[in-house]
Amino acid sequence: MLLVPALAGLAFLVLPLAGLLVRAPWSTLPARLAEPYVLEALRLSLVTATVATAMSLLLGVPLAWLLARVDFPGRRLVRALVTVPLVLPPVVGGVALLLVLGRRGLIGQWLESAFGITLPFTTAGVVVAEAFVAMPFLVISVEGALRAADRRYEEAAATLGASRWTVFRRVTLPMVMPGVVAGAVLCWARALGEFGATITFAGNFPGTTRTMPLAVYLALETEPEAAIVLSLVLLAVSVVILAGLRDRWVSAP
Amino acid sequence: MTLHARLVVTRPAFTLDIALDVRAGEVVALLGPNGAGKTTALRALAGLVALSKGEIVLDGHPLHTLAPEQRPIGMVFQNYLLFPHLSALDNVAFGPRCQGASKAEARRTAAALLERVGLADRAAARPRQLSGGQAQRVALARALAVRPELLLLDEPLAALDAHTRLEVRSELRRHLADFGGATVLVTHDPLDAMVLADRLVVIENGAIVQQGAPAEVARHPRTDYVARLVGLNLYRGVADGTRVKAGELLLHTSEHLDGAAFVAFPPAAVALYRSRPDGSPRNLWQARIDGIERHGDNVRVHLEGPVTAFADITPAAVADLDLTPGQTIWASVKATETHAYPA
Repeated sequence: MLLVPALAGLAFLVLPLAGLLVRAPWSTLPARLAEPYVLEALRLSLVTATVATAMSLLLGVPLAWLLARVDFPGRRLVRALVTVPLVLPPVVGGVALLLVLGRRGLIGQWLESAFGITLPFTTAGVVVAEAFVAMPFLVISVEGALRAADRRYEEAAATLGASRWTVFRRVTLPMVMPGVVAGAVLCWARALGEFGATITFAGNFPGTTRTMPLAVYLALETEPEAAIVLSLVLLAVSVVILAGLRDRWVSAP
Repeated sequence: MTLHARLVVTRPAFTLDIALDVRAGEVVALLGPNGAGKTTALRALAGLVALSKGEIVLDGHPLHTLAPEQRPIGMVFQNYLLFPHLSALDNVAFGPRCQGASKAEARRTAAALLERVGLADRAAARPRQLSGGQAQRVALARALAVRPELLLLDEPLAALDAHTRLEVRSELRRHLADFGGATVLVTHDPLDAMVLADRLVVIENGAIVQQGAPAEVARHPRTDYVARLVGLNLYRGVADGTRVKAGELLLHTSEHLDGAAFVAFPPAAVALYRSRPDGSPRNLWQARIDGIERHGDNVRVHLEGPVTAFADITPAAVADLDLTPGQTIWASVKATETHAYPA
């Protein structure tokens, strides 16, 4: 009774990807991959996703530590707020970012007058949009790892004279490193695929804000074959990530 | 390096309240059943548990106002808690590094300590590659590497199998003898406590019930728990000359006492008879057999009656007497084999 819907579900998930492979213009693939706008979009995507991941690590790991280790009033509320970008439609995230960091935004106004920094419709804006959407993945993964970590090791480090910072740097962080790596990879993959918040907040300018997903969408209207090639590249990147994480997420317990 | 402490930790449904004095070079064992509060006491000394009340003074300096990382302590944890991502050498070097030594200096200190515990050749090994006994020695080296004035050991031998334990115990005793500061160790094993400690402090339900030199505690138990640990039958009663009334039984003893008293005798001193023996041993009572179990080379018989008692007899005697649980039997102890002392 369960087998038919199970197989249908499997087909539903696998067939579109197979279709992508079947319809791929294999003969012209190398030429299309080498086209400047493809390379440009790919380079931009890789750079922004990597910078967004670095930013998420810098801000997200301490945030995860705060949520996992420090008991403060309203912690549950803060945790809920952190996970909002996970479920929020990315377009809404983009609009929200515009309202706060846009040129007329609450903080954006001040950023521009005080430092001459404008984020919307710049490459930096792409990074901000991607980090906004992707950071919760990292925070949740690292927080889970921190909660699962044995805190007695931190106590042992304290009795050896380690300050709180030394404990974190030399004991806690190395012990939760698998969780940090998994979170960073998830975060990076999410940032790489980011579309809604990016196009809303950063726009769609070739070379500065047109990342791979935006290029795919655009190409689909004018040049479907190019869209397939770009999609294949993103698919390849996803598969590589999945392979890298297979021990942690995909293999059955 | 004299430790003077009064530790009060209040928890819902549990209060620890003990006073502890340890001289430099002295090893004090906190002994007690599970949940008695001995580990809480140790963690309070380390600063991992906050004191509700009291003080910890080491050489006239208050310790209880300091965070754990600022206290001059070294601690060996149960299960050792060696950092799994560091080699044995770097585990030992961790403390000196935190105290500001350079990497090379810390490693030199660590190498010397590993040498001292006989593990120079295992310096590069990760904790999971070490045997239980080796991990214990690395943990001890790590605690000593910070040059502590107060050494704390939490069940240092509990994680070891019986054979390794024997070996590590005598080795640990040697290292503790070399250590110049005060040592407090926690154990629930009386043998560990007797071998390692200069003084025993027995804790039950968060309070000290007895303390003294191991031989003194072993000879004069003052609670049922201690009596069980040292393998004696113990009764509390009222003495009148050479007689002690314990419950419904009048026990004759060789010592002269008056007032509240304890009477103790070893299970091996109890003789069992199927029928009332001729002649008259001074202490004779009728008992019901509650259980029979192996105990080393002998058989331990649990007796119910006017007093509960253990009797150790040979397997041959069990067969001769044809003992079965539930059976009623005569038990006797010679007055000269009992030991009475003031309560």
